[in-house]
Amino acid sequence: MTEAAATGGAVAAIGTTGVSRFAGIMHGLRRSPAGFIGFIIVALLVLITAIGPFFTPAVEPNVKEILLPFGSPGHFLGTDNEGKDVLIQMIDGGRSVIFIGFFAAAISTFIAIVFGSLAAYLGGGTDSVVTTAADVVLTVPTIVLLAVLGAMFKLDSPILLAILVGVLSWPVLTRAVRSQVLSLREREFVEAAKLLDLGTIRIVFVEILPNMASFILMNFMIGVTNAIYALVGLYLLGLAPLTGSNWGIMLNRAWIAGAIFNDDSLPFILSPIVAIILLLLGLVMMTRSLEEILNPRLRDR
Amino acid sequence: MTATDTAPAAKAEGRTPLMTLNGVSQVFDTKAGPIRACDQVNLSINPGEVLCLVGESGSGKTTAARMAAGLAKPSDGTVAYNGIDIWSMNRRDFSTFRRGVQYVHQDPYASLNPTRTILQTITAPLLKHGVVKGSKAAAQRAAELLAKVDMTPPESFLSKYPHQLSGGQRQRISVARALTLDPKIIIADESTSMLDVSIRISVLAMLGRLRDELGVGFLFITHDLAIAKYFGWNGNTAVMYLGRIVEFGPTQQIINAPTHPYTRALIDAIPEPDPDLTKTKGAGSLRSLEIPSLAHLPVGCSFHPRCPRFEGGLCDGAVPELITVRPGQSTACHVVARDGAGDAEVRDEPVA
Repeated sequence: MTEAAATGGAVAAIGTTGVSRFAGIMHGLRRSPAGFIGFIIVALLVLITAIGPFFTPAVEPNVKEILLPFGSPGHFLGTDNEGKDVLIQMIDGGRSVIFIGFFAAAISTFIAIVFGSLAAYLGGGTDSVVTTAADVVLTVPTIVLLAVLGAMFKLDSPILLAILVGVLSWPVLTRAVRSQVLSLREREFVEAAKLLDLGTIRIVFVEILPNMASFILMNFMIGVTNAIYALVGLYLLGLAPLTGSNWGIMLNRAWIAGAIFNDDSLPFILSPIVAIILLLLGLVMMTRSLEEILNPRLRDR
Repeated sequence: MTATDTAPAAKAEGRTPLMTLNGVSQVFDTKAGPIRACDQVNLSINPGEVLCLVGESGSGKTTAARMAAGLAKPSDGTVAYNGIDIWSMNRRDFSTFRRGVQYVHQDPYASLNPTRTILQTITAPLLKHGVVKGSKAAAQRAAELLAKVDMTPPESFLSKYPHQLSGGQRQRISVARALTLDPKIIIADESTSMLDVSIRISVLAMLGRLRDELGVGFLFITHDLAIAKYFGWNGNTAVMYLGRIVEFGPTQQIINAPTHPYTRALIDAIPEPDPDLTKTKGAGSLRSLEIPSLAHLPVGCSFHPRCPRFEGGLCDGAVPELITVRPGQSTACHVVARDGAGDAEVRDEPVA
């Protein structure tokens, strides 16, 4: 009966093992300075663009204040060729870009994880179907197809754009996930799980996938950057409807207005570029910390 | 250890073996041609019995074990659990078989999921198969299992990840995980070969205790006859060479009175503490130290190029069959079959 007493104590202790997961995550974030800086950049950009628009005044064209330079009183980032404040447009214009980037990447990552891992684990017919489908979609030139679609339909809904970008960009990650799972499924702990009859879904998504969590997250971040580039590219080329305002549309308008030829209008064209670069840089830097959080081996050091 | 003759007694009762391998073969197709990793292997495991499978690397021990565990489908022959062929079982029977036969891998560094805590690893099968209700009871059961494999105090290990444990501790966790579903047979595939010697003996002692206390049958695979002797003294031992069983019998007879020249060579190869004895004993008893390739097996008895009792015309003709040479002990050797094995003088040695 001493065993029972000992295990009783054990169970009491188990409740406290998951203590403050949050503290652990914060600790992991801070360990890598680059990752922490990236996290702060992304958090600030997301916060400002998500909450900022509720507090900014409406921007009105003002013929008297066209192309004011950087640091003008009342217009910190100057004004554009219609006399609209650049800073306010910057704050208002990030929301849809960030949203579409994350949503599109979430869609493509989700498809890639499910199809890639099941194809590799089940093999056989499932594998050939998924691989062939991935190969076919891989040959579709995304930006050209988006251009054609943009010409034919009105792509003004951010959700629709995100779905389009996401559905077109899953094959690369699917193949990567597939090859990773192909190697992981041969590992002995997977065999042990099979012998314990844990079930295919559980083995794939609970036993195998967490082993590549940092790989998937890294690819998710790359997916976000790719989606944002695709989106901004579409706007820059004028292939998506230029209604409303976001960083891509600003870039397009600045480009059309010939802002690069005018010293005073530099903030006008540089602001969206700097914002996009900062966001993407932050995302890429952030992946380093995420790796520390997700890999229990790195977490301990 | 007085239960010396429990294994033969169990056989005499005519109990149906829990698991049988009937003429099981596994052929791998490679560029160098087909490789018979396992050829016509017959084995059976009774409840609570230890069956040791001994042989050098490449002898087909692991292949046989994987087929017994249902991890590989034999190219030929049948694997039966409770008398039913596992590859023609219905879903329910197969799931019973899956839970009844567990495997402890060789490499404790690869057999535990690095992203799951010990608690998660052990409670997953408990919860999945409804062995216990609720996560609290599962944690309680996990702690009991850890105590069973000498991991005390259990609470200090449950929240750990595999990389925080040593090789011996991980191997104990593997055993605890194998015990979660109350298996009838545990297949231990070189489970102690990667551990330090001091750790090895304590893990073996722990396995021996489980064998005696829980009545779990073991298919114990090792390349080391000394370990087979230690762990399977009261069970049976099968010696494999290049995919075939060359000698089978009670472990005590195999160790004390081997008949097959290969088994003799294996026993002679066990080093003695006295260097002079080691030098004189066994040296030069084998005609060649080179193991033939599985892709190009020698004609006739595959051991004949190395065998000290080789007789031209006899050994390189037909493949020898396993023939009973003494009660309970059978050997696949033409020379022994002709000359007879002589009487076995089994000494009931205390387990090392």
